[in-house]
Amino acid sequence: MTSIKNALAGLWSLVVGMGITGKYFTAPLVTVFYPRQEAENIETYRGHVELVGKEDEAGVPLCIACGQCARQCPSQCITVSAKVAPADPAESKDGKPAKPKRLKTPGVFQLDYNLCSLCGQCVQVCPVDSLRYSNNVYFAVFTRQETNIDLLERLERQAKEGK
Amino acid sequence: MINPEYYPLVRMVIFLVAMMAFVGLNALVLVYAERKIAGHVQRRPGPFHVGWHGLLQPLADAGKLMAKQLLTPWSSDKLLFWAAPLLSFLPVILLFLPIPFGETLYGLNVNLGVVLILAFSGLNVLALCLAGWASNNKYGLLGAARAVAQSVAYEIPLLISVLTVALMSGSLDLHAITVQQGAWPWQWYGVLNPLAFFIYFISILGETNRAPFDLPEGESELTAGFHTEYSGMGFGMFFLSEYANMVVVCCVASILFLGGYQGPIESGWWWFLLKVYALLFIIIWMRWTFPRVRFDQLLNINWRWLTPLALLNLVGTVIVLRLAG
Amino acid sequence: MTMSPQLSSDPSDFYSQSFSKGARENTLILNMGPQHPSTHGVLRVIVELDGEYIVRAEPVLGYIHRMHEFMGQKKTYTQYLPNMGRVDYLHATAWNWAYVGAVEQLAGIEVPERAEYIRVLTCEINRICSHLVWWGAYLLDLGAFTPILYAFEDREFLLDILQRVTGSRLTYCYFRFGGVYADVDDKFIDDTRTFIQRFRKRLKMYEALVTKNFILRKRCEDIGVLSVQTARKYGCTGPVIRGSGVPYDVRRAVPYSVYPELDFEIPTFSEGDAMARYMVRLKEMEQSLRIMEQVMDRMPDGDIQGKTPKTLKPPKGETYFAVEGARGKIGVHLVSDGSATPYRVKLRAPGYSNLSCFAELSKGTLIADAVSILGSLDLVIPEIDR
Ligand code: SF4
Ligand code: SF4
Repeated sequence: MTSIKNALAGLWSLVVGMGITGKYFTAPLVTVFYPRQEAENIETYRGHVELVGKEDEAGVPLCIACGQCARQCPSQCITVSAKVAPADPAESKDGKPAKPKRLKTPGVFQLDYNLCSLCGQCVQVCPVDSLRYSNNVYFAVFTRQETNIDLLERLERQAKEGK
Repeated sequence: MINPEYYPLVRMVIFLVAMMAFVGLNALVLVYAERKIAGHVQRRPGPFHVGWHGLLQPLADAGKLMAKQLLTPWSSDKLLFWAAPLLSFLPVILLFLPIPFGETLYGLNVNLGVVLILAFSGLNVLALCLAGWASNNKYGLLGAARAVAQSVAYEIPLLISVLTVALMSGSLDLHAITVQQGAWPWQWYGVLNPLAFFIYFISILGETNRAPFDLPEGESELTAGFHTEYSGMGFGMFFLSEYANMVVVCCVASILFLGGYQGPIESGWWWFLLKVYALLFIIIWMRWTFPRVRFDQLLNINWRWLTPLALLNLVGTVIVLRLAG
Repeated sequence: MTMSPQLSSDPSDFYSQSFSKGARENTLILNMGPQHPSTHGVLRVIVELDGEYIVRAEPVLGYIHRMHEFMGQKKTYTQYLPNMGRVDYLHATAWNWAYVGAVEQLAGIEVPERAEYIRVLTCEINRICSHLVWWGAYLLDLGAFTPILYAFEDREFLLDILQRVTGSRLTYCYFRFGGVYADVDDKFIDDTRTFIQRFRKRLKMYEALVTKNFILRKRCEDIGVLSVQTARKYGCTGPVIRGSGVPYDVRRAVPYSVYPELDFEIPTFSEGDAMARYMVRLKEMEQSLRIMEQVMDRMPDGDIQGKTPKTLKPPKGETYFAVEGARGKIGVHLVSDGSATPYRVKLRAPGYSNLSCFAELSKGTLIADAVSILGSLDLVIPEIDR
């Protein structure tokens, strides 16, 4: 007797389940139709890092080329080197040619996004807050080499586009 | 002119060709329906990009399946390996022959239509068994073993519940059974004898390996069961025959229990299709709701519940028929 | 040229060979995995089958070993942080916490109170995410396709919420020594509150759709009964041991952070079967909701980042810090030699211990049961292999 009761209760639980899926069958969809729609909360997503331009000169980064971000990065995916000014012959002393001067602005700033783990340590360590996350989340490439982003060029382009 | 004696033959051939097209088309429709229903149950759109609302998606799938390379495992039994999908698919077309889609819309008018269908549908399990065995794959073998045990077991309550209806109508002719039920739901055998309908419905889930009884291909246990090793159209054939089988059993269900092509207002093939698709919809809906049962439970359900119930129902029906004169 | 590869008569590898030595007559040796739909990732289980009954089973590990512990010895303390989110991608914040906590203990770094509350909050949100994924995947193992998408629908809300502060959606690297990376804002709190409302209703739906489902109960009840002794023997923790009736939860047993001040229960079930483990996780989600509510009510204002030395060089010594993750006790054993890189990092992954009891549990069950048991242990393979 109890087994019959159990079987009936079991069958009823199945009917309840069908009812729930049936209800959702008629409910509106919750999917974002990706290529035609975009998710709404992109601005809080961390894309790859990018450089922050100076206030008066948007195309030039605040960066002082100290290289701390590159040292701190767990994945060694940042390559920074300071811009080198050509040696000024006027400064040559004792007949020796003057040493080229390292400027306090980067000449190379490459990010190998392929390796980056988006951990945020470069952003935190930068003494002049010259790095921030970009909103470039729909970032797709065909070859690995293309993930190697030239951040300086990116900044210049952004400055030109007037942001 | 053709000798009038050959008319049934000509009719049969035409019908067979038509059924091929019907089976193919049906598979496309069902694949689309299955994926759309699954999508909407899960609150996502399902196929959406190929064609308007993904209408062409099944065609694209079919094209992909056909274009795929047919791989034969090197340790398999090659003859049996490729015989199995054919053996699974070809009898299915025959099953449609005696089904009356409408008043005059049938392939073969035999007075043993039910028996014909039940006999030929048994061939499918042989194909599954061969497929599992010939592919020389452990998962395939387990799937095949499951398929055999399951089909054999579920055939019994299925037969008994069909027998109940045959007793009620006093005929094995699908056409006669249809006509005996009226156009209105309360005249249908499914309403007069709901238990038989219920048992039949559960059994066809077991017979056609549909969830929650899809054990021969239960992918979380056996990766893909008996068709693990099949690629391209080899898999496509099994797929096609699975859907065709589903349609056949639903056709039979709508004839035996839901009054076939008869319906209120205007009888015709539209009623028939409507009933068949309603049943198919429920089957698909169930698939996207329930977990899979375990193998011993599956057999227990059958031997401990369905078979005795079906027998009791049969006896009860006989008594009621006797008393009613 | 024929294409048939002329393999030697025994094409199996070392594990199968040594496993098949003990095989009985008339049994079938089957490799489940490393690519198998129900081993979730690259776990491999060799089973000996008699019909569909399992005579013996043996998990084979190492397919996704990534040398996380060794990496710890090669990187500075801070550089090792992002690794933590990758050990167990489903409950990343707990791993964040275990490591950060260990370093803080070793270097004596103070954590401001607000940061502690934020840690609890994000960790609990993440715990629900993890349980939701488990729930869906477990039902997928049992052959129900739909629940995982319902679970993901809810999880999506949580990921959106977490994304506000962490900036990512899965492999969080959010905790910092002495604090957290970013402060929570009002929208974060509001969203979380809305979610709690919504999720309470959804849990009811889950119960009606799945927990009460007849087929599911039959697939879980009395399957894989884990006795307390066995659980203890293998060092099981988390929902696995709580499903056997032992109320062991690191949040209460070795309290850390602000957990002692919070009011929550530790759900335990004494049956020890797959259903008990299932119920523990569902109830835990409810408790997590309670914790989240309390934390949001009490969250003080203040700093989110304590004082940390510029270059972190903890004094010589060693320490052990454990937190309660979604899968059990996550422990980090840290040895410092006074330099900027750890001398040794040992990670205790709960999944490893939980998996170990599988061989014993699956003996004599059907394949389908083994799948159910494996699922009920809630395994994340990258965490097991590390
Ligand atoms: S986010 Fe982390 S991994 Fe990426 S560049 Fe910065 S420090 Fe390196
Ligand atoms: S970005 Fe910042 S940390 Fe990196 S080199 Fe420039 S100033 Fe230094």
